[in-house]
Amino acid sequence: MSLVETKKLTYTYPSRTEPSIEDVSIEIEKGEFVLITGPSGCGKTTLCRCFNGLIPHFYQGEQKGEVTVAGLKVAEQPIYEMAKHVGLVFQNPENQLFALSIEKDVAFGLENLGVSRKEMKKRVNWALKLTGIYDLRERAPYELSGGQQQRAAIASVLAMQPEVIVLDEPTSFLDPLGAKTIFEVIHDLNKNLGITVILVEHRLDLTSRYIDHIVIMDKGKVVLDGEPRKILSSEGARLIGVGIPKPIRLYQILQKDKVNLGNNIPLSSDEMAAMLREALKE
Amino acid sequence: MIEVKDVYFTYSNGVEALKGVSLTIKNGDFIAIMGENGAGKTTLVKHFNGLLKPTRGSISIDKVDTTTVSVATLARKVGFVFQNPDHQLFSETVQEEISFALKNFGFKEETTKKRVMWALNLLDLAKYRETSPFMLSGGERKRVALASILAWKPKILILDEPTIGQDYQQKEKLLQFILQMKAQRNTIIIVTHDVEFVAECNPRVLLMRQGKIVADGEAQKVLTDPEILAQASIVPPQITQIFLKLSDFKLPKEVIDIYDAREKLLRVLEKQPD
Repeated sequence: MSLVETKKLTYTYPSRTEPSIEDVSIEIEKGEFVLITGPSGCGKTTLCRCFNGLIPHFYQGEQKGEVTVAGLKVAEQPIYEMAKHVGLVFQNPENQLFALSIEKDVAFGLENLGVSRKEMKKRVNWALKLTGIYDLRERAPYELSGGQQQRAAIASVLAMQPEVIVLDEPTSFLDPLGAKTIFEVIHDLNKNLGITVILVEHRLDLTSRYIDHIVIMDKGKVVLDGEPRKILSSEGARLIGVGIPKPIRLYQILQKDKVNLGNNIPLSSDEMAAMLREALKE
Repeated sequence: MIEVKDVYFTYSNGVEALKGVSLTIKNGDFIAIMGENGAGKTTLVKHFNGLLKPTRGSISIDKVDTTTVSVATLARKVGFVFQNPDHQLFSETVQEEISFALKNFGFKEETTKKRVMWALNLLDLAKYRETSPFMLSGGERKRVALASILAWKPKILILDEPTIGQDYQQKEKLLQFILQMKAQRNTIIIVTHDVEFVAECNPRVLLMRQGKIVADGEAQKVLTDPEILAQASIVPPQITQIFLKLSDFKLPKEVIDIYDAREKLLRVLEKQPD
């Protein structure tokens, strides 16, 4: 069984008549770094809320089909139980931070789980250092910049050490170097600790190099699902308009000009530069 | 025209956010202000509509000093779209949100209606006319905030992080819209971290660091200078990154556009473009 699985999942918010996601069936394996993308309003955020039980427990509405995480049926588990398995980082960090200090915010989830004081201190410091905000630990969330708040939101989820972290545009307020640092932190957690990562992002240029599975949604449905190099170079992805990363587009343009760069689709500028280097040497 | 003369600004908590900024923005300029978090970008643009007044130095909009007029008066001329739409939205429906300022400015009902429809269609929001802004997704709320400002067609438009949460197609539309505004001699100032978007628009780029402007020039020059970019925590555009890694092959390094990249590469690879 896959770590995260949805079967024919359809969900309609209480005040809506149309479902926000429809007939979504995906399987995510343990240790994968998955990117969920698609046009604005396609249902990405709604799908994320289904992974930790915010849907249907908090948002109510009508859910059909099934979501399982780590063998647990999400609809039958209380949210606090799911929180041990799935950490969710929201788009807007202001919705997530509320304590008097960043340190307390990061410790909050652990306090609720009844973790010992010593263990708590250890995990909080670990998460604060990983996200580069250890020096800010005594500051109040509202004293922090948008980018620092985003780091704090990520730290508070990391401290829980969940099997799956779901991040909904976690770096949208960060400067490019800050965003890159966060993606690298997430990538390291994925590679070194085997944490499964589900990332929602529009900016494929910043993220495609890290991923090994991509799900593209449109109008509430999954339209493409599979291996990134294959999906991102497909006609389907171009037509939906997800903003194909520039190295892939340059590769495709040069291919039309009969420049032979080999058959490997480049997911990053590094890969593209290496391929061009070979072609230029000849 | 916006004239900024040696502006310093210190917040009440003692943080010195601007440390001697001088610049001139002419009518019809299209400017992207970039730089690391906390560099002073938002603080600077908040001076352009009078939300903040300089601690030292002066700011004038069309020769009028911002300390001598109210924010409400300046707002007619300078539209400001915030980074976080939730700081701006308050109405019960999208339509009400967009008509609010128009009514306040005393536009006739007929004109208000027309402008609202225009803005709704422009930003692909017509289907949400009767919906509460708070029921919409983050990207959609952002567009409502933008529509509510565009509706009164300010001469100077300031967009703080307009591409956050926007998908590729929305960004393309935003780009088209900006170019259209520019063609009509409006001034557009965007504050952004989105290097790829800036590379596509090719505006004048102001790079800020620790309350100062560290570079001011064409996007093609500024975004291809890795040393100056590193100072401002900016990563070069992907196309530029490719060219920076191929610098030993007699390729130019000032490349930000994909079609320009194609041409330069084909020349070195000795292939004739079709």
